[in-house]
Amino acid sequence: MVAAASKCRTCRGPAIIDLPRHNANFCAEHFIEMCRRQVVKAIAQFAMLGPDDRVLVAVSGGKDSLAVWDMLIDLGYQADGLYVGLGIGDYSETSGGYARRFAIERGLRLLEVDLRDDYGFDVPTAAAASRRAPCSSCGLTKRHLFDKAAVDGGYTVLVTGHNLDDEAAVLFGNTLRWDVEYLARQLPVLEARHGFPKKVKPLVRLTERETAAWCIVRGIDYLVDECPMASGNRHLSYKEVLNTIEASSPGSKASFYLNFVDNMAPLLVGKSLSDGLQLSGCSNCGAPTTGSVCSFCHLVETASSHVPVPVELLAKKGRGSR
Amino acid sequence: MRVLLRNPRREIEVAGSCPVHALLSRLELNRESHLVIRNGTLVPGDAQLLEGDIVEIRPVISGGA
Ligand code: SF4
Ligand SMILES: [Zn+2]
Ligand SMILES: [Zn+2]
Repeated sequence: MVAAASKCRTCRGPAIIDLPRHNANFCAEHFIEMCRRQVVKAIAQFAMLGPDDRVLVAVSGGKDSLAVWDMLIDLGYQADGLYVGLGIGDYSETSGGYARRFAIERGLRLLEVDLRDDYGFDVPTAAAASRRAPCSSCGLTKRHLFDKAAVDGGYTVLVTGHNLDDEAAVLFGNTLRWDVEYLARQLPVLEARHGFPKKVKPLVRLTERETAAWCIVRGIDYLVDECPMASGNRHLSYKEVLNTIEASSPGSKASFYLNFVDNMAPLLVGKSLSDGLQLSGCSNCGAPTTGSVCSFCHLVETASSHVPVPVELLAKKGRGSR
Repeated sequence: MRVLLRNPRREIEVAGSCPVHALLSRLELNRESHLVIRNGTLVPGDAQLLEGDIVEIRPVISGGA
């Protein structure tokens, strides 16, 4: 057996991972310690969470949401999970299994909403009925249901598993279009307002490679397979571009995103048109909206009267969206 | 060595031994978007993969909104 040559930066023991952006290698123990430090730093820097917060974590069964839930519990926060069954064929069946197993094994509370059972439609059908790209109806649905569950359940903060790569890819897209509206709102913390819960992203200082490694080292079983509707998604191609840059210039993703947050975001305060919008309650569900009926209720109406569309029909087209 | 690839799930046989980073470049995979697991344990880029090892190359990029 040939031992790995690289040694842990902290203890000089055999390394399990190389992190070029830190110009360092780590053993399992000190890798976990490094991740924890990054999350604690993000939580403190952006005033994400306090000890008395009641936290709801949006859980998909993938690496990021399970990693962030695990980290918050590990750091002593009280955090429940919410899983939304999106009805994306086998993918949803399997992802729900991972989320449930994680919660049961750790004695955590997992709330569940099922689109088909509770609202009479699923994401493939919503995409077909509304003629929107799957990720667009899916994103709208998840945002609405996570917000609603957080507000209804009396949670003070909604946590999502967005990592550094997610945020850098979104920033890249917003920058390519100089979309000031989106740029002005692309922050790791959105304070509660207009009936929306406070939303935070504790993983913004960790890359996807690091959150996946966290899961492997901590023995968290997560769904590795990709959502069948993701292919063609623009975010994925932005991530590839950024990782090509990262490979030749380690640390680029972190400086692109984290320096945006430090240096650019303050200049954009007050530039979002939505800050000044008057929102009222949706006449159907009460959720904050600019119109009389919110876009989720519109979607429910269109999609629940549509004949169910099997995921295979849409997945083959491979069209995603922002 | 036997190498398991994901999305879609498939297995290939790679002859001989080589370091992790060499295997990734041979398969034209970016090291920033993959982790390598040898016989159940994560290994860094300069770890030597040997004949008979069971290797999983796990992509870490996920898409979606
Ligand atoms: S990839 Fe798109 S459709 Fe699939 S879960 Fe993510 S947002 Fe929804
Ligand atoms: Zn160490
Ligand atoms: Zn509504």
